[in-house]
Amino acid sequence: MTYDVVVIGAGPAGMSAAIQLRKAGIAVAAVDEQAAPGGQIWRGVERNAGPVSAALGADYQKGATLVEAFRDSGAEYLPATQVWQIEEGWNLFLTSEGKARRIKARAVLLANGAQERPVPFPGWTLPGVMTVGAAQILLKSGGMLPEGEVWIAGAGPLPLLYATQVLGLEGRIAGFLDTSKRPGLAALSSLPGAWRDIPGLLKGVRWLWDLKRSGRMVRGFSDLHAEGEGRLQHLQWRAGNEQRKVRADVLLVHEGVVPRIHETMALGCVHDWNSDQNYFSARLDQWGETSRPGLFVAGDAGGIGGWLAATLSGEIAALGIARYLGGSPDADSLRREAGLDERLSRARALRPFLDALYPPPAEHLADEVVVCRCEEVTAGQIRAVAKVSAPDPNAVKAATRCGMGPCQGRQCGYTVQALVAEVHGLPLADVSFFNIRPPLKPVTLGEIAALGDLEEA
Amino acid sequence: MDCDVIVIGAGVVGAALAYGLARKGRSVVVLDGADRDLRAARANFGLIWVQGKGSDAPAYSALTRQSSDLWPGFLNELSNISTSRVDYARPGGLVYCLSEMEYANRHAVNERTHNQGAQADTEMVSRVQLERMLPAVTLGPDVVGASYCRLDGHVNPLQLLAALHRAIAALGGKILFRNPIDRIMPVSGGFRVSVSDGTLQAPRVVVAAGLATPGLTEPLGLAMPLKSERGQILVTERVAPILPFPASGLRQSADGTVMIGATNEKIADTAVTAASATKLAQRATRIIPALGSARLVRQWAGLRVLPLDKTPIYAESSDHPGLFAVACHSGVTLAAAHTDVIAPAIANGRLPDDLAPFSNGRFNVQKCA
Amino acid sequence: MFKSVHDKPGKASDMTVFVNGAETAAWNGETVASVLLRAPGAERRSTVSGEPRLPYCQMGVCFECLVIVDGVASTQGCLVPVAPGMRIESQHGPREISK
Repeated sequence: MTYDVVVIGAGPAGMSAAIQLRKAGIAVAAVDEQAAPGGQIWRGVERNAGPVSAALGADYQKGATLVEAFRDSGAEYLPATQVWQIEEGWNLFLTSEGKARRIKARAVLLANGAQERPVPFPGWTLPGVMTVGAAQILLKSGGMLPEGEVWIAGAGPLPLLYATQVLGLEGRIAGFLDTSKRPGLAALSSLPGAWRDIPGLLKGVRWLWDLKRSGRMVRGFSDLHAEGEGRLQHLQWRAGNEQRKVRADVLLVHEGVVPRIHETMALGCVHDWNSDQNYFSARLDQWGETSRPGLFVAGDAGGIGGWLAATLSGEIAALGIARYLGGSPDADSLRREAGLDERLSRARALRPFLDALYPPPAEHLADEVVVCRCEEVTAGQIRAVAKVSAPDPNAVKAATRCGMGPCQGRQCGYTVQALVAEVHGLPLADVSFFNIRPPLKPVTLGEIAALGDLEEA
Repeated sequence: MDCDVIVIGAGVVGAALAYGLARKGRSVVVLDGADRDLRAARANFGLIWVQGKGSDAPAYSALTRQSSDLWPGFLNELSNISTSRVDYARPGGLVYCLSEMEYANRHAVNERTHNQGAQADTEMVSRVQLERMLPAVTLGPDVVGASYCRLDGHVNPLQLLAALHRAIAALGGKILFRNPIDRIMPVSGGFRVSVSDGTLQAPRVVVAAGLATPGLTEPLGLAMPLKSERGQILVTERVAPILPFPASGLRQSADGTVMIGATNEKIADTAVTAASATKLAQRATRIIPALGSARLVRQWAGLRVLPLDKTPIYAESSDHPGLFAVACHSGVTLAAAHTDVIAPAIANGRLPDDLAPFSNGRFNVQKCA
Repeated sequence: MFKSVHDKPGKASDMTVFVNGAETAAWNGETVASVLLRAPGAERRSTVSGEPRLPYCQMGVCFECLVIVDGVASTQGCLVPVAPGMRIESQHGPREISK
């Protein structure tokens, strides 16, 4: 099957781009891992109603309109489908329901979003420890609320948002370990435009006050440990000279989000290092095109900007793709008329403040901490190898298997980079990332074998 | 002079030679290339393979067998010196035959090698015998049988490389990473190369820089005729042990991953292609259909370092005594011989006459013929 | 560890799935990885040390939710919505390849 454009990801950026491309009469397939459109931000938006939808807030509910427009756009929607290889030309190799196939496109838009930044600490592999984003997805998917002694540790807007959502559903959160720089989490709530959801915000502020009063709002701590026999049972940290210990059943962590880069890395696109937030992202031109002609990126996958910026960059990329395909000589004027650039810069206005408020964590990682969850490689093993090899994460990978498991370095990549930089005394920007190659997602040999002779096809 | 020997290339060939030189008490400095250099040492399959090797070159066949026999002792000492784990086993190896014709061809290769007197250790096994050897799997209907050589084995090649690097350091050698070399300058009493913080001089230089070797030796009149060939390899997730014997193109590592390889492609880039993966997956699932449920987790392609006649080259410059060059396709199989045979010869200053079949002079003879 | 807001006394669940053979209530919209956090003893064992693990990211990037779903091993549970009667089995250590 051949399309003009294949869009990967049906979140804010991908849906907006697909709608825009369809308006220009361009044949689009939108491939998404999830079973329903919306991305992680609007996950389950078509299904959620009543108290869950109310608790998720106004920004969440806004997704329903875009999802409906996407459904009606005439884009061919391929849900529950993973893309495991992209070859220039463009050939995309997909798998769904245990069957692989190939589709072709004249241009490709990557709109596959972000992932939470993995931040290892002692005990982070224990059952009961997971990310705030994971817990929020559980809430959006089946209305799940955490039970027992629930703690949150981290920084950024998401923990506060999630906490207000849980409180809105009569859930309980035992305490918050705030890792942000002063002035801290509370300061964010006073920012105009930070939260459009005023009732939810007030709830969050009340909650923060309650926590402060009860001493369960913890700041200025270090050495967080999650502990337990076979599952999380306690948290320990140090505050000044004191060692604190609390009972815990669930610990939700969050230290910001980073773009998904495996696809652009595997295709050898030029990437830049973002030294404010410590991540790589593909270098894009003003239309969202990467260094490989015909390959575009929109939304958080091209640099973290949030959902509103993602919809706008999706629209811009759609115009750019139409222009690339030769179908839209007036892309520039359409872009101007729609005021896309002004709206995008407004949507991104808060970003520098957030980046400054929530710098990536830089706490020293103890040698015994597991860095690679798949292959169970510790920081100590990585340091030992890094000391006797080139300052190259691939040398560490070769010698330790770190990054060779099924997650393909998505959990350990940046940590290995940081440890290599630490050992060699180099700035992070001078240390590269793992070499990324397909498969972008594990695919069975049987599926690959069943593709037949691709050279003849 | 800054050291006794400079070794250019920290891959599995250069590192095995440097380790062997250090064991002989020579002070060595090994120069490694740039991060994104071709690095065949990180792309190979990990067989220590005797059967069929050098079927038309008796000296190569004999050296291969010698190295394979040296391997256990070599590894024992390497593990001790480097205090590293290196997964190694020598249960014998298989070449699966998926048709009567493949079986007959394989049989002919064995006969030919056998007639050279070099290998009496390879036999053909029938499908029934093979089923007994592999009780955990069901063979595909196309499998006719296999050839089996009791000398064959396999190793984790990345652990081998890391252990060699550690052993070199443990014996007082130095490895300078991110130090690509573009030329070797002959100077009075030896050679000089540029390193990141200045220059380095030594009476001897060994060039083991893979496909970059000719570019370094040929300006000094030492011809190293090489070609390359792309090989793509697939690796699955870890699975419970099912394959007790490594095979050509199909082995299960000690970690449990199943490795499937390798293509032979006349292409000079290292991108992996779905077309090649398809061919590899098809053959593997014809041998063992249940492998179809295993998930591919990693794959890569590397460029083989192939002397024109596929036999290793151990060369010494006649114009510039002290300049040596080594290139071969089977750096893992020959690692033990490189450490225990070739390195001591270089340490003594000259390659012995019995290595003459491996000299680069043989290519001139071929040209005249 | 988690409980659905839809789970009220006297109210039937949307469906039943089987986790390591045990009947487990499940809700529309949730994934296999979500069920794993509720079902007792649903931890997988890691492939190297055999440590217990449960889903971590719920968005397809950590692979801690690898599980056998209706006989298909190493399935990412967070990408599979539950379906009535689904059989979910924990995967302990390196997966098995059937003979």
